[in-house]
Amino acid sequence: MAVRRAKVKSTGAAQDPALGTAMFAPAALYIMLLIGVPFFLAMYYAFSDARIGNTDLHFVGLENFRSILQSPSFRSAVKNSIVFTLASQIIVIICSTILSIVLENKFRGRGVIRYLILLPWVAPIALGAIGWKWILDSIYSVITWVLVWLHVFKPYGAPMWLGEPHLAMASVILVHCWRLIPFSTVIMLAGQTAIPKEIPEAAAIDGAGFWRTLFQIKIPMMTSIISVAVLFGTIFTFTDMTVVYILTAGGPYDSTQTLPSLAFATGIQGSDLAAGAAISLFLVPVLVVIAYLMLRVAHRAEAT
Amino acid sequence: MPVVETRNLTKVFKEGELGAVNDVNLATREGEFLVFLGPSGSGKTTLLRMIAGLEEPTAGEILIGGRVVNDLSPRERRSAMVFQSYALYPHLTVYKNIAFPLKAQNVKKELHKDKVEWAASLLGIGALLQRKPRELSGGERQRVALARAIVREPSVFLLDEPLSNLDAKLRASAREELELFHRRVGTTTIYVTHDQVEAMAMGDRVVVLDQGVVRQIGTPREVYDEPADTFVATFLGSPPMNLVEMGDFIIGFRPEHFRVAETIGDSPKVTFDLRVENVEYLGAEYVLSGSLAGRRLDGKKVIARLLLGQSFEIGTTHQFAVPEQHLKFFDRSAGKRIEPRTLEWQ
Amino acid sequence: MAKKRLRKFSASMLHWFVLVVFTVLLAFPFYWMVITAFKQNLDLYTVENNPFIFNAKPTLEHLRLLLYETRYVRWLGNTVFVGALVVLITLVLAVPAAYALARLTGRWGQRLGIGIFLTYLVPPTLLFIPLSRVVSALGLQDTLWSLVLVYPSFTVPFSIWLLMGFFKAIPKELEDAAMVDGLTRFGAFVKMVIPISVSGILTVVIFTFTLVTQEFVYALTFISSESNQMVGVGIPIFLVRGDVYFWGSLMAACLITSLPIALLYNIFLDRFIAGFTVGAVK
Repeated sequence: MAVRRAKVKSTGAAQDPALGTAMFAPAALYIMLLIGVPFFLAMYYAFSDARIGNTDLHFVGLENFRSILQSPSFRSAVKNSIVFTLASQIIVIICSTILSIVLENKFRGRGVIRYLILLPWVAPIALGAIGWKWILDSIYSVITWVLVWLHVFKPYGAPMWLGEPHLAMASVILVHCWRLIPFSTVIMLAGQTAIPKEIPEAAAIDGAGFWRTLFQIKIPMMTSIISVAVLFGTIFTFTDMTVVYILTAGGPYDSTQTLPSLAFATGIQGSDLAAGAAISLFLVPVLVVIAYLMLRVAHRAEAT
Repeated sequence: MPVVETRNLTKVFKEGELGAVNDVNLATREGEFLVFLGPSGSGKTTLLRMIAGLEEPTAGEILIGGRVVNDLSPRERRSAMVFQSYALYPHLTVYKNIAFPLKAQNVKKELHKDKVEWAASLLGIGALLQRKPRELSGGERQRVALARAIVREPSVFLLDEPLSNLDAKLRASAREELELFHRRVGTTTIYVTHDQVEAMAMGDRVVVLDQGVVRQIGTPREVYDEPADTFVATFLGSPPMNLVEMGDFIIGFRPEHFRVAETIGDSPKVTFDLRVENVEYLGAEYVLSGSLAGRRLDGKKVIARLLLGQSFEIGTTHQFAVPEQHLKFFDRSAGKRIEPRTLEWQ
Repeated sequence: MAKKRLRKFSASMLHWFVLVVFTVLLAFPFYWMVITAFKQNLDLYTVENNPFIFNAKPTLEHLRLLLYETRYVRWLGNTVFVGALVVLITLVLAVPAAYALARLTGRWGQRLGIGIFLTYLVPPTLLFIPLSRVVSALGLQDTLWSLVLVYPSFTVPFSIWLLMGFFKAIPKELEDAAMVDGLTRFGAFVKMVIPISVSGILTVVIFTFTLVTQEFVYALTFISSESNQMVGVGIPIFLVRGDVYFWGSLMAACLITSLPIALLYNIFLDRFIAGFTVGAVK
């Protein structure tokens, strides 16, 4: 057998920058073209008077921003985006923590339960939303029927779940939570299994009961994973337009309009691309903050 | 009154299969360092965990301080445990790690500082109190784990192979520290290990386990010099005791007792012819391996350990002997130790 | 003795209660879809009827309508078509890129990996407006090709991130051994690493496909005609005539589309988690 001098450095840092760049370049190029370029285009359009069907483009300065900031729908959309996102995240974190504790240990039927619990997340967003639209239908809602049957409301006396502003907002938040709880739970479960078995055992021997172990040992050990779940959840809720579009189309009276759904309504349905672009740009500050926080979490996790 | 006692303790994980722990009866003596020794799968860790309260026995009783504790949770048993991985809480400082048991037992906050500092000084880690576990070396982590265990002043310490995560060099000094610690503190300790050297060095008594069954309980001298069966005989001692089948019994002799016949002099001895097959020079001693020659014993493999000054050529045959007092006899069917028999083949 | 058993029993009861409540709340809409899909219209639209039971015989009418009188089957076909192509493009772009980041580029590789991860955070609701312009400029308006072009923009970053985790878990010694035996680094990649990573690659395939089926904004924006639409958008938008929602068929469609995807997803979830926990929290 010929003994060949391997051209390889030791396994530690075998690098081949040329090949690496070549293998990475196509993906990088693609991403730059389809994310980077449109990103800058969005900014460009926001300062223009672009419209659908019109290829002319003129620079109009801050005109779009001025008119948006004065519009009550915009202000309502900002408020709603924040409210929906915060409310959903709080509910989701609490529920998914509880659910992940309950799912931690193996039990019979766990696989089936997991399938059922994951359905809201896996089903295409629009399909889950339209399922809820049917459940919350103004006349035929099953919730209404149950409440009437329990004599909470008189027949035909139940509120319109998607027709009254506060109820509509609650419904949108509900659907977001419904979608996100499975996702968060899965992440939390992964975080829980990462805790070595001996640590809760040591806590038990040290004298900690169930709740103390949970709040003083387990949850603190899961902070980086909980942060990841929250940050992702925030992005998914804040930048989503589908749930609102399908459930309420922003109504009634803009009470459920959010930034993304308003951007769509203005830009595509209203053909005013420039204004739509300007509205959607207001998503950026939040995204930047989230990106920063994600990096901090990743950095801290690396240090441990 | 023994600190820890088990009666007919059994743990079966899968129905119908042999238990991990089978009908174990033992009792510790006050202040002793008791070692559970056995290969992996022998049930020693399961036994320890049952005493700690982390596993539920299938049958039998566990008593701590004279009370049956089967139904008590770990926290109620007043024992402390050091895990193989130390299980330090990574998000807490050393101080908070050590204070955690106090917090969990609702000890008044004002008392924490004194107790933590007492435990820390006992183990020489006073300077590390504000560090986090990830900043500590293996040896330091072990000391923190011990401090956390002692701060509660438990009635028994349970140690689960705490030295196996340390590298070889560190192990020796950590072992010595543990021995000193035990002498200073005097708490009854149960120590689990698969390393028979550790067991011999540290234990006041050794419980030898195999497949969930206690083979022998005795002082290191007892289990080494008077093994109860062939398992104990071959598990203790490295290289293991030579076992040679003879008719309906087995004779055993340790390599260090198997010497050149002439050097034994006039004391009663039994001689064998050894055909040398391999010689290893280990610096402080030689290890010879070969086969016995002559009639019934031909071909049986044995090992001898000899001191400096002798060299043998491979292939040559020499007369070796074992002093009669060091010859052990074992029953062939169960391997149990029996009374000496007369050897009729000489 | 009794105290301990009581404690255990009530803990276990609480455990089951919480589990059942959550499962019911989360899975209820799908149960509801099942009931609605098979109820006759006159049963469905009578307010007084108990909605939980079948007051009239169950019917397959909604299914029939869905499959024969709507474009549902066509939408499924469109989705599979787009899904297959997007999976292909994603693999071609993401697999080498993930390998490069996991192995070949050292410190830089880590930074780029994070950069990739950040691009996944840029939402379609920000890019859809400029992209709609790009799409019509390219003449791809109202075609499935617009989606084939744009979808990799979110499937690729996600896949790179996932695959990085899988590749990092493969010991470097394997490729080193292959190179000592005479393969080039790229050859080692193709002949050694890829075959070992089949399960990771398969996971990426499944998840990419699910991402494609779930997408809504781009499909809604770029595609206007009914026959070119994807299943995730076609169902809620086109299964109406005027103002009337065909709830029976709608629910049947939701069900048929969601359940198989969920099955595939579940099968691969454990592998996904393994890759995720190595790649992300690292």
